[in-house]
Amino acid sequence: MSKAKVATVWLDGCSGCHMSLLDIDEVLIDVVQKADIVYGPLVDAQEFPEMVDVTLVEGAVSSQDDLRLIQKIRSRSKLLVSLGDCAVTSNVPSMRNNIPTKVLLERAYVQGADVNHRPPTDGVPTLLRHAVPVHEVVKVDIHVPGCPPKADAIAFVVTELLSGRKPELAGKVKFG
Amino acid sequence: MSRTITINHVTRIEGHAKIDIHLNDQGKVASTQFHVTQYRGFEKFVEGRPYYEMPAITARICGICPVSHLLASVKACDAIMAVTIPEAGRLLRELLHCAQFVQSHGLSFFHLSAPDLLLGFDSDPKLRNVVGLIEKYPEAARDGIALRKFGQQAIERLAGERIHPSWTVPGGVNQPLSTETRDWILSGLPLARSIIRRTLKTFKAMLDGFPEEADSFGNMPTMHAGLSDYEGRLQIYDGIMRFRDADGKVVASFAKPTEYSKYIGEASLPDSYLKAPYFKPLGYPEGTYRVGPLGRLNAAESCGTPEADQELAEYRQRLGRIVHSSFFYHYARLIEALYASERMEELLNMPEILDTHVRAEAAVNCHEGVGIIEAPRGTLIHHYKVDEKGAMTWANLIVATGHNNLAINRSIQQVAERFVDGNQLKEGAVNRVSAVVRAYDPCLSCSTHAFGQLPMQLRLLSASGETLDSVTAG
Ligand code: SF4
Repeated sequence: MSKAKVATVWLDGCSGCHMSLLDIDEVLIDVVQKADIVYGPLVDAQEFPEMVDVTLVEGAVSSQDDLRLIQKIRSRSKLLVSLGDCAVTSNVPSMRNNIPTKVLLERAYVQGADVNHRPPTDGVPTLLRHAVPVHEVVKVDIHVPGCPPKADAIAFVVTELLSGRKPELAGKVKFG
Repeated sequence: MSRTITINHVTRIEGHAKIDIHLNDQGKVASTQFHVTQYRGFEKFVEGRPYYEMPAITARICGICPVSHLLASVKACDAIMAVTIPEAGRLLRELLHCAQFVQSHGLSFFHLSAPDLLLGFDSDPKLRNVVGLIEKYPEAARDGIALRKFGQQAIERLAGERIHPSWTVPGGVNQPLSTETRDWILSGLPLARSIIRRTLKTFKAMLDGFPEEADSFGNMPTMHAGLSDYEGRLQIYDGIMRFRDADGKVVASFAKPTEYSKYIGEASLPDSYLKAPYFKPLGYPEGTYRVGPLGRLNAAESCGTPEADQELAEYRQRLGRIVHSSFFYHYARLIEALYASERMEELLNMPEILDTHVRAEAAVNCHEGVGIIEAPRGTLIHHYKVDEKGAMTWANLIVATGHNNLAINRSIQQVAERFVDGNQLKEGAVNRVSAVVRAYDPCLSCSTHAFGQLPMQLRLLSASGETLDSVTAG
């Protein structure tokens, strides 16, 4: 049997969900025996591959880059999992949503600088007006809330999916 | 015709980044740009929130070192309340921080950089990751997993959660230490320490195998900065901030956190969401300095714990009193992990650490507070202003990777000059350019608190600005 292809991606999040994924500790060794990790912050893939079985997404969709990436990922993934409150509800990233992006940028790069008082424009993606949850821009198959979700819950989701079952999450996860 | 190469996606780093390499007419590297591509706006959107929410909010800047933000934040809050926290609270915060050093340095070394060091910079990129490590070097991979797990479990035992705990509060911590937890952590320390010792030994045996990397991964004179105590012993929770020049002379130092803005200025960059702090007396960009393991060990006189000091003596004997090459961040990181594990034992053996008075209560007594600590990746500064009711009116956050921004840029240029040749990006060159960034262990979630996102992207550009080659790493 060929190994399942698993990808992880990090949009506008704090990497805490990825850290909680690593907190499955030795279970990680079992997981990599059953699945190939084909893309994500821990591996050297250059481009999001075609035909990925499961993609775990951390973080909200906040910039043009996030938006393009998540659309590409959706078209290349069989199952898309929103991992953590940022992906599920846009959580902390959405705290900026009632402030115009121009004001946010000026605070940091104009008032907040001693030299070169202007926001960057070259080689950086434009911010979206609002940081939004993943399911607002593409279809999401499974939602795993938590900030971050507990390592046990992540281990359960991943092992269920690798065994071809849809994880039954009632009672296993909570927001925050 | 000059050209540009882009690395679109720098892999195995914590965040999102992009690198452009510009070639001149002769096809040689003319200049490089490091773009951090995410902006989150924390400094602005916290305005109006009560100051005591700041620890929980700013912990969400970074899931790798949330404890650093929690601690810098509660220290700034202590200053707003104008309290001296109970001794046990102070010791417990430092203990928590040491546990974080163990897990975070473990992650950086084993999960992110060991694949290059053990499998080789030119090895198959498909396997050059933690999975490849598990297959080829199962012992090292298990050591890495076990070390990180010990640090994370110690954090969980102390603070209730591994990631984003709510135990550290303005005025101290909210629960005293139980003897069971003390004994549990003490019983795990010998294993952790033997892993670190083993890894140091392996790393030292490999050192001579990377002459080119040691020579070109940001091998340059700059200033170095970090916290240490009055006698110059390394401190990670609280201390005097010292700046040393490239010759090792102390050029500035301050003990009062509020003085940071006399010495540290911030420059906006046209091409990155990560601002570039610089040493104000020298101006921008001359005032480049490095923080983090390399900067701290250069800034301090000693570690102050026996085994780490022995290792530090050997390190300096091999490399000199001031170590100039950023390749040795890895080495310094391992010595610091050893220090953190020794310091944990010292702290746990202090009888006062079990004292049940762990929190001071007070309301707003000052309208401004600054908290400075040494995060695993370098100095972290939280600066808050509040109104009389304690609502935030202004915040400034300077994170470790920010301080290193200018040095990272110069290091990328140096590596690119050495390894990039011609119009195409060879995989080994791409990986080395990414690896120099990884040596700093940049936390782009931290950097992007306010600014920037980093899987890495590399681009090769011609003199006329046309894209010749482009790869995404990560
Ligand atoms: S859900 Fe929480 S842990 Fe996960 S990325 Fe968001 S802030 Fe970090």
